[in-house]
Amino acid sequence: MSSFLVISIILVYLAVIFYVAYWAEKNSKSRWVNNPYIYTLSLAVYCTAWTYYGSVGLASTSGLKFLTIYLGPIIIIPTWVILMRKIIRISKGNKISTLADFISLRYGNDRFLGALVTLVCVLAIVPYISLQLKAISETFNVITKHHISAISILDDTTFYIAILLAIFAAFFGTQHTDASERHKGIITAIALESVIKLVFFLVIGIYVTFYLFNGPADIYNQASVLPNFEAQQSIDGLNGGFNWFLLSLLSMIAIVLLPRQFQVTVIENEREKYLKKVIWLFPLYLLLFNVFVVFIAWAGNVVFQNQQVDADLFTLLLPLQNNNEFLALLVFLGGFSAAISMVVISSLALATMLSNNLIIPYGFLKRFSKSESDENTESIKNIRRISIFSLIIIAYFFYKSFTLDRSLVSIGLISFVLIAQLAPAFFGGLFWRRGSSKGAKYGMITGFSITVYTLLIPLTIESQSIASTFVNEGLFGINILKPYELFGLEIFEPVTHAFFWSLLFNAIIYSLVSVSKLGSYRERNFAEMFVDNTKYAALQEGAYVWKGEAYVRDIRNVLTRFLGENRTERALNLFYMKYDIDKKIQVADARLVNFSEKLLTGSIGSASARILIASVVKEEEISLTEVLNILDETQKAKESNKELKERDKQKDEFLDTVAHELKTPITSIRALSEILLADDEIDNTTKKKFLTSIVSESERVSRLINNILDLEKLATGKEKLDLNEHSIKNTILKSVEPFRQLAVNKGIKIDLNEIDDALVVYDEDRIQQVIVNLLSNAFKFSNEKNGEVKISSHINQHKVEITVEDNGKGIATDELISIFNKFYQSKNQTLLKPIGSGLGLAISKQIIESHNGKIWAENKVSQGARLTFTLPLNRN
Amino acid sequence: MKKILIVDDEPNIVMSLEYIFKKENFQVYIARDGEEAIEIVENTIPDIILLDIMMPNVDGYQVLNYLKSSDTLNKIRVIFLSAKNKASDIELGLQLGADKYISKPFAVKNLVKEVKELLNKKG
Repeated sequence: MSSFLVISIILVYLAVIFYVAYWAEKNSKSRWVNNPYIYTLSLAVYCTAWTYYGSVGLASTSGLKFLTIYLGPIIIIPTWVILMRKIIRISKGNKISTLADFISLRYGNDRFLGALVTLVCVLAIVPYISLQLKAISETFNVITKHHISAISILDDTTFYIAILLAIFAAFFGTQHTDASERHKGIITAIALESVIKLVFFLVIGIYVTFYLFNGPADIYNQASVLPNFEAQQSIDGLNGGFNWFLLSLLSMIAIVLLPRQFQVTVIENEREKYLKKVIWLFPLYLLLFNVFVVFIAWAGNVVFQNQQVDADLFTLLLPLQNNNEFLALLVFLGGFSAAISMVVISSLALATMLSNNLIIPYGFLKRFSKSESDENTESIKNIRRISIFSLIIIAYFFYKSFTLDRSLVSIGLISFVLIAQLAPAFFGGLFWRRGSSKGAKYGMITGFSITVYTLLIPLTIESQSIASTFVNEGLFGINILKPYELFGLEIFEPVTHAFFWSLLFNAIIYSLVSVSKLGSYRERNFAEMFVDNTKYAALQEGAYVWKGEAYVRDIRNVLTRFLGENRTERALNLFYMKYDIDKKIQVADARLVNFSEKLLTGSIGSASARILIASVVKEEEISLTEVLNILDETQKAKESNKELKERDKQKDEFLDTVAHELKTPITSIRALSEILLADDEIDNTTKKKFLTSIVSESERVSRLINNILDLEKLATGKEKLDLNEHSIKNTILKSVEPFRQLAVNKGIKIDLNEIDDALVVYDEDRIQQVIVNLLSNAFKFSNEKNGEVKISSHINQHKVEITVEDNGKGIATDELISIFNKFYQSKNQTLLKPIGSGLGLAISKQIIESHNGKIWAENKVSQGARLTFTLPLNRN
Repeated sequence: MKKILIVDDEPNIVMSLEYIFKKENFQVYIARDGEEAIEIVENTIPDIILLDIMMPNVDGYQVLNYLKSSDTLNKIRVIFLSAKNKASDIELGLQLGADKYISKPFAVKNLVKEVKELLNKKG
């Protein structure tokens, strides 16, 4: 295929990607941009050119070992609903924009730690970016049949592609100064590329498996007769098992801690609930990607046996070999999209790290604190843009000047091992309060040095063909210092060997230093916040642990420098509204200090934000016990405040209802009286009817007033109960007496057959009131024909239980409890309006409870309601 | 003869209103709750409704909403007659589209005057 054609296609492809990013940035509220699928697909930036070409290469020489890189993530991702949610919460709460920020904040905004993390990441990732550029360049040469790569940079297509990618990342990556904001344009473009690379890879997989061969079985049959086949496919005993295990562990760490993964998973996360999609969809994506790897690898081994062909390029060479240029072009584009996704996200993540954790805190802070906000935001953006360009250009020259003939996989793995040095500090910091900043630094430096010694130096020596006895005989010829067999450990391959020793020492030193020396009060506070998620909310701005002195004016000045007048004003207004603080107060409190720090963190990183705010705040140390006391007190104060408000509300509602209930009878009384007063021609019968109503409504008013007073007395305990020993049977019979006539009139049967007697201590008047209340309800609700009301009492060891039953409609299940509320009136009343006040059951409940008894309602299995109350027996 | 519908669940209030408006030569209809009110409205289409708010099952607000959502019924005059008389209650009632909001207890003369005024108003 001609270079011109391929370059044109690349340009068209890039134009589409740019357009999609541009569109998504414009339509950032659209559902097409904000959904869990875009989010999940963007995570697939994990699959780089390495996955595309390197997996196949590895599979063709070492069998299934390539799978470890995907097994780790597949195993760990289901735990993300908990783990990643915690990380995302902390990050969003603190406006964290990079991994370095996260770690440095956890250890008390430690500036040096942030810088150290940044350095490790840059050293790990830049060669990895080089590798992507190398993949683009190599595959470009293969597909255009160039056999020598361009000597001069100006003739090298890859150089121009690198520049275009830098422009893309710089343009869409620095739309906002606040780096913790999401980059929807880039993410949407990345998601699209994830679809493209997967689909194209599946296409080539199907083509190779089913078109070039007759399905998987055919490939297996042909490949299995090749020499070494058996050895390649086995795990290779216990040693191999260890290697497998460690590689999976390594990739588990990588899927969380690779800067690009942290960027897409944490910073670009829109909603926590997206994680629920991720935990099954993303593993599925990875599985799909790996389905055909083995078959392509075997097919390559079969087709290209005895030829000197780079196994990493099988995916591309297989269609070319069969003169299928179109498919080869698809493969090229798939690999191209995998490579550029990685380059863009990685350089964006690294550039933010460089600017927020290295360049600004070490170089520009003084300058920023003197200049105006416009200049500052522009400078911050420029620092990031220049960082992106520098990173990509450095990566390009790295690829140009070093012969990177290690296969794609091993350079990727080296970068994994370097990144893994952040793991003890990161995960330790998440789950272990005691983890300290000193421990994190020393551990990280140790781990990093060991990786350099056991992996980077020997690899450089080997790959650049430098004559040295270092690799084979160890440093100074000391045997146990052989870089690949440190301390005589021989069972591991170089990468796992380096990973094992570096992580081991890193973790040991991290723990030992952390245990032996307590961190500063500041980092202990953050430790508390990171480790204990539930306390975290309380530790937010609110009751934060801080004693000191600061003035609102000073803090406002600092904010204005970075955010500008308007944004500062808006942010502070929101803050004042949220906490209901008087704007006139001159002295800043802990909440304002923390709020401002967080506001700045997004723009200049946590360490710089801390330094700036600290410069206008006079702080005192405060011990952790004090902190917890403060927290406890505020929590209590908050709760009692809430209780008070709730009580106030209930009181208001009660008064409203009382007013309403009193007005109703008064309305009738007034209207009827006015008629009688104005109308002289009114006939006698009507007159009498009206007067009778006036009397009964007046009675209703006084009954209501009495009931309310009663309730009030009982509720506040103002009325002493007149406690004496009585026969419960007598009391029941006395209460039933007034109902006998009513029963006869309404044709209701009263069942008194199950009344057991006992002597019980109670206030007889009050208990009689309760029984009368229950009986009048039963009469009201019992069946209109063949009505039946039953009252019974049962004695057991500790209590007497009195039950009143009717055979009416019963009580709706959702009302069984609420009928005891004041003024509650059932929805299913047979009568138009109850004769009662709506307070009867509420009063009964109050009376029974003041006797230490219980009262409740239930429905009978047959038909009707059953109301029961108990009185405790005191048998001394 | 103008038709008036009285909707209230208090028998004595209904009794007084019925007497008052019969005396004023209205044809009086009575409903004891919202459901019954809607049924009567559909059958007779009264000129004006005196509507209580706090009633079991279907309350006064729901009745008014029902009327306002219908093309044939939304011209009927509605006066809320309620013991709820906080400023916010009154505002809500008028916003929902009631023509008047009269608090309980009411003065008979005043109520009659308001009803007549409303019925004489054009539009």
